[in-house]
Amino acid sequence: MRFVDEFRDAETARALAARIASLCEPGRHYKFMEVCGGHTHTIYKHGLEDYLPEAVALVHGPGCPVCVIPMGRLDDAIAIAERPDVIMTTFGDMMRVPGGRGSFFDSKANGADIRMVYSPLDSLKIARQNPDRQVVFMAIGFETTAPSTAMTVLRAKAEGIENFSIFCNHVTIIPAIKAILDSPDLRLDGFLGPGHVSTVIGCRPYEFIPALHGKPLVCAGFEPLDILASVAMLLEQLAQGRAEVENQYTRVVPWNGNPKALQVINEVMELRPYFEWRGLGFISHSALKVRDSYAAYDAEARFPVPGVRVADPKACQCGEVLKGVIKPWECKVFGTACTPETPIGTCMVSSEGACAAYYNFGRFTRERVRVAIGP
Amino acid sequence: MCLGIPGEVVELYPDRPDLAKVDVSGVRRAINIGLLEGEEVGPGDWVLIHVGFALSKIDEEEAAAALSFLEGIGQAYDDELAALAESRID
Repeated sequence: MRFVDEFRDAETARALAARIASLCEPGRHYKFMEVCGGHTHTIYKHGLEDYLPEAVALVHGPGCPVCVIPMGRLDDAIAIAERPDVIMTTFGDMMRVPGGRGSFFDSKANGADIRMVYSPLDSLKIARQNPDRQVVFMAIGFETTAPSTAMTVLRAKAEGIENFSIFCNHVTIIPAIKAILDSPDLRLDGFLGPGHVSTVIGCRPYEFIPALHGKPLVCAGFEPLDILASVAMLLEQLAQGRAEVENQYTRVVPWNGNPKALQVINEVMELRPYFEWRGLGFISHSALKVRDSYAAYDAEARFPVPGVRVADPKACQCGEVLKGVIKPWECKVFGTACTPETPIGTCMVSSEGACAAYYNFGRFTRERVRVAIGP
Repeated sequence: MCLGIPGEVVELYPDRPDLAKVDVSGVRRAINIGLLEGEEVGPGDWVLIHVGFALSKIDEEEAAAALSFLEGIGQAYDDELAALAESRID
């Protein structure tokens, strides 16, 4: 596959591993946080941690927009889905996320009309084809996905479609990163910036990280070589005493982001005063809601929702995993009570969750296998 | 899952300027290119696709630059290794 295969070359990976090792100051340990669920996935799938020296640790952050949805909010979505007049449409990875009383999958098994879609446009098509039903799109994701949801609402308005609405759970990345930096639990040396969020917001919003916290951020692509190159760039900055925002993913990420995407988000949505994030608690101005001018497309305006806050199960340590305080295998229920088939928390359910990534790619060994660098 | 994947534009729709047909590893589908408003998008261009929308054009020059940077590291490594192999200090 073009633009993919070239960035997976094993020889180059070994060369990058050697470069990374040579950039490490003897005796110093480095902890870099990768914020994006897609990065977590790539790192585990390709075993990239085996290409890193012991001195470099990658910590997973709250970059999985499915994982950060609190259980109570999912219960609200299920309440809407279980209405007989509603067809609920959602991305596949939401199907098994457990709320307080079960998941979309469980509700579907009990007769609710819940359908998996690839795109919000597929959801709009279902609305066109079912004019006598109310079609609701479960809108989740960071700024990567918000523009697509917004474009779909604009399309619904342009076509005069009246039976379509969104249950908006879009979240924004900067407040999450701020919450991590303000957390006393973690001491990080730098960040691997989210690649696809940055195609929308650009690289400027991260400038507060070096400016206020003195830490470098490298906006990273999703192929193995992108990630290794980005780690090398972070180490280079630290070795040179620099802290800046750099863009490794230049083939896709424009420094100034996508103005049209930002404009459509702003047209249809606005920031909520606060929103609860699983594991991080309430964060102000961290999530989006539908503007009053588009209330006709807001499922929260159209349907009553319980709005009850549900505490995470006692055994669940998703919060700590999302903040990078513990690794997946350090969670007491990882792999035993909590597995992809019987998930207790969202980190295990979502394909972008750290626990699922770790579990699915068979990394049960606690020891890191050292890759021989060189022949 | 909400991945962003690269795809090649193969066809435009004259009556729907906001859509384009893309080829992703042989799978051909229509996607919405409305977020690339203001940019020229035509057959042969590569775009990053996410939940049915093109988010960004893939800049071929930048991709080539990134690759040659990576290859450079590979070459530098090979050169270093070759130099070490030539060394006889004992």
